[in-house]
Amino acid sequence: MISIETHNLTVSYNRRPVLWNIDFELPTGKIIGIIGPNGSGKTTLLKAIMGLVPTSSGYVKIFDQDLNDVRSRVSYVPQRESVDWDFPASVMDIVLMGRYKKDTLFKRISKADKDLAAEALEKVNMLEYSNRQISQLSGGQQQRVFIARSLAQGADIYIMDEPFVGVDAATEEAILKLLSDMKDEGKTVVVVHHDLQTAKDFFDWIVLLNTRMVAAGPIEEIFNEKLLQEAYGGKLNVLSQVGDLMKEKAFDVRE
Amino acid sequence: MEAFWIILVGSLIAVSCALLGSYLILRKMAMVGDAISHAVLPGIVIAYLLSGSRETLPMLIGAAALGVLTTVIIELFHKKSNLQMDASIGITFTWLFAIGIILISLFAGQVDLDQDCVLYGEIAYVPLDLWITDSGYNMGPRTVWIASGLLLLLLLFIWKGYRGLFITTFNEEFAKALGIGVAFWHYALMGAVSLTTVISFESVGAILVVALLIVPPATAYLITTDLKKMLLLSSIFGILSAIGGYYLAVLINGSIAGAIASVAGLLFLSVWVTGLVKNRAFKLN
Repeated sequence: MISIETHNLTVSYNRRPVLWNIDFELPTGKIIGIIGPNGSGKTTLLKAIMGLVPTSSGYVKIFDQDLNDVRSRVSYVPQRESVDWDFPASVMDIVLMGRYKKDTLFKRISKADKDLAAEALEKVNMLEYSNRQISQLSGGQQQRVFIARSLAQGADIYIMDEPFVGVDAATEEAILKLLSDMKDEGKTVVVVHHDLQTAKDFFDWIVLLNTRMVAAGPIEEIFNEKLLQEAYGGKLNVLSQVGDLMKEKAFDVRE
Repeated sequence: MEAFWIILVGSLIAVSCALLGSYLILRKMAMVGDAISHAVLPGIVIAYLLSGSRETLPMLIGAAALGVLTTVIIELFHKKSNLQMDASIGITFTWLFAIGIILISLFAGQVDLDQDCVLYGEIAYVPLDLWITDSGYNMGPRTVWIASGLLLLLLLFIWKGYRGLFITTFNEEFAKALGIGVAFWHYALMGAVSLTTVISFESVGAILVVALLIVPPATAYLITTDLKKMLLLSSIFGILSAIGGYYLAVLINGSIAGAIASVAGLLFLSVWVTGLVKNRAFKLN
């Protein structure tokens, strides 16, 4: 079954295309990485999927439907730096936002909502921090709070923007474990990721992006020198990194 | 009794401003509040000229319309032309304010509005403008009723809209991804700021209303990390400014509105200096 489908998707800022003619169909129940150099439109692609930026042409379908008909089944985790962490709120306040819905915005938060939020915090090992002010969290903890908020939505597709940026090793470990648990439950996780070195270990499926879509498919088909060079072409230091990566194929490059 | 009415009106307005101002500063829109407070001036004058009276309703409508229009223009310049937010604010409100000033000076003979009153307000006149019913019963100063009505309306808005305001203030994109109408909340808040500004106008004036919108919430922000406490504390700082300001004005025989804003500033300064800010661990929880 197809989780997300884009067709001829084009997004422009000031009449300059940042995404051009993106066409793909993503499977369900996989951890999918969206990979590409800086400025290749990764974040814009997520925003276009979530209807946060206007598209110039093309469309996005989720479970073969319009986003508006399946909003409750898709959850979005924005970049951690996109909000002000000095905002006067507690961890629980933020995670409860995952239970907000358009139609029930004026009603009170129910006990069931609170339980679901606590459950989500438990999953990211942050339950003991639920009354902590968000200004007192570390980067990794902030990221976990954002993921918990998303988990509290109980969606089927999770769309995460750079969840591994600036997090500590323990958090990275925890997020990876969580992603694989989610996959086991049949959830689909789409992750924007910029680090080629780790991409190979994190994802089952890859969308390779550089304004245009270079390739999309299972990692073993996509992660080869030719396609990576096509996506990263011209960026020398990245290219040499890719070269090293290819040489050390047999080793775990993260060590 | 006069002192009581003046302090009451000052406090009612200070609390209304403090509540909205808390959201403005968290949205990094404090200067938009400033812009609205100035830009409603032409709206008031036009409404005044059209209706030919100082009836409250036409003025409120005129001001609220101009206030919301201001935010629309600011967004337009900012988003469509990539102009910086602060530049966009600066252009929009000075221009609208200037139009208001020209209108007042042109029609100063015909209408009972003067520049001093608009700029600095005159809260000392509050007890003079009484609401006398048809049967001759004295209901007290009219402004007290208007300011109370405003505060009730805002309390209802914040109580009912707490979650909507909360999520759109903290993380607009996430709210949008949930399908929540972020534009609705934005313009509802801007409309509320416009209304509050025009009602505060008569008593504290166009310039000092900005002090009440920003300073008490900023003071509260220094010492709390909980939105509900921030709303409460900024209201308390607002009321303290109104009370302190009145007595300071009596003491020095000066402008009440000026004294209220000065006390608000002094409160901010003393909280800041106390050093509570230095260590976040001291923040009230």
